[in-house]
Amino acid sequence: MTFSSNLLIAFPQLILAVSALLLLVVGAFAPKQTTLVAGGGVLALALAAFAAAIQPLGVAFGGALVNDAGAVFAEVAIYAASAVGIVLGKPWFERRGVRNFEFPVLVLLAALGMGMMAASGDLISLYVGVELQSLALYVLAAMHRDDAKASEAGLKYFVLGALSSGLLLYGASLIYGFAGSTVFTDIAVAAGGHANTGLLFGLVFLICGLAFKVSAAPFHMWTPDVYEGAPTPIVAFFAAAPKLAAMVLFARVLANGFAGASDQWQQILVVIALISVAVGAFAGLVQKNLKRLWAYSSIANIGYALLGLASGTSEGVQAMLMFMVLYMVDVTGFFACLAALSRQGRAMETIDDMAGLIKEQPGIALAMTAFALSALGLPPFSGFWAKIYVFKAALDAGLWAPAVIGLVGSVVAAFYYLKLIKVMWFDGSAGATDKPPMEARAIGLAAALFAFPIVMLALKFLDPLAATAAHAFGLA
Amino acid sequence: MTIGLEHYLAVAAILFTIGVFGIFVNRKNIIVILMSIELMLLAVNINLVAFSVYLGNVTGQIFAMFVLTVAAAEAAVGLAILVTFFRNRGDIAVDDASMMKG
Repeated sequence: MTFSSNLLIAFPQLILAVSALLLLVVGAFAPKQTTLVAGGGVLALALAAFAAAIQPLGVAFGGALVNDAGAVFAEVAIYAASAVGIVLGKPWFERRGVRNFEFPVLVLLAALGMGMMAASGDLISLYVGVELQSLALYVLAAMHRDDAKASEAGLKYFVLGALSSGLLLYGASLIYGFAGSTVFTDIAVAAGGHANTGLLFGLVFLICGLAFKVSAAPFHMWTPDVYEGAPTPIVAFFAAAPKLAAMVLFARVLANGFAGASDQWQQILVVIALISVAVGAFAGLVQKNLKRLWAYSSIANIGYALLGLASGTSEGVQAMLMFMVLYMVDVTGFFACLAALSRQGRAMETIDDMAGLIKEQPGIALAMTAFALSALGLPPFSGFWAKIYVFKAALDAGLWAPAVIGLVGSVVAAFYYLKLIKVMWFDGSAGATDKPPMEARAIGLAAALFAFPIVMLALKFLDPLAATAAHAFGLA
Repeated sequence: MTIGLEHYLAVAAILFTIGVFGIFVNRKNIIVILMSIELMLLAVNINLVAFSVYLGNVTGQIFAMFVLTVAAAEAAVGLAILVTFFRNRGDIAVDDASMMKG
């Protein structure tokens, strides 16, 4: 395979890498041109998504980069979500007097890292992708420099993120040592049939590291603090795309590298999934801050996605992909709504702040109601269809007990979703809200329209795509 | 006594454990946490290089180069975040990072 055909397969990632560097130079010479840099960033992401959709599929750089249908599916979703992140974040920062041209560049670098994660076929590209994404996200969390909470969030994210990278890397080094190669397909040969203890030891470390990145319990402790402290539009970004990227990476490691040891990792995943669902449901009950609450909600949702993956079948991977894509739209929309709300210049972040919102901001209150019902899993909202996929896959794989526990968890979580709705609809108003900024409101409402009714059309369109994508992971 | 692969792995495992404990047990200074993270990554490098020599396969050493580079970038980002934290609080004690709990 020639060098140029390798480059052609890596084209979407190359677009992002080159444009991030170019925009950094533009910003360095014209620091006032933040709109130009942000526009360039959105354009680069759109081009990368387009390139990902039409590029030739194949394996490049000796197995380090695998652009199959699964990678393409994830990449298009990741790049689209990142572009939304720039559109949402840039005006928000400017209204608070933070005029850094670095913001879109950092989002581009994070998107590049996520693109590499989604397409990695080798432990080295896995590590470099994860780190590129993480380093950019640490900085984004602490971007609001004068805000004490944001810098604390950035610090906590950094310390626990670095710890998880260390675990992941230690696992990777053991896998390399016991399999004799870093390429997933070679690891699969070494792990075929009966994986030896060293390999399983490495795999457990690797799973711990990845569980940190997707914020699955018991590795979730950073999530509530980081979500609460980081700027709301940044949370809208890193609650969505990085989670999908890490879940796809999870699927890739397990399906491409350790398909032979599926009995072993299935048990670990089921346990992690159920603990996540339980922690998300019960710890969420006592939260007053909505950003913290949605952090616990995201922990529970990752539990469901992991339950899909734990099925160990192609259907399970499809369920995970569908779940994550539908969840991404919901969570982005919810945080966009939060970013749009303020009262006398003060951000509205607690449940009590939402009292009587339906009278002040009917549109946003309706949208948030849709997100809460969707997260609760009520038909006909998108969250219901997402859960249907997951539970069907789990039941078909014989995981009926975990599926039942998952359902119970979502009944417990219903308490806090319904409480939010009750406060918004039936409590007395807590005073007039400010006029919501246009872009955040538009993104929130569009996401709510997606949650219902657009999802009914989108399901028809997404289902075959996700099935093809899941098939590319090569599980039965 | 000849020094074989298992000795290198044991040293790396001990260093890694010290690093992990340095993060969790240390209650004083955030700089110590950064040093512990460095220790974990260096333990991994020992692992990778030892495996690489044992297997006669150069990939491990290439991997170690990537880890070194990323560790440098990680330290830079970590220190930068630490500086913004210090400017907001005037202190870098671990117990100070407690505005958000629950």
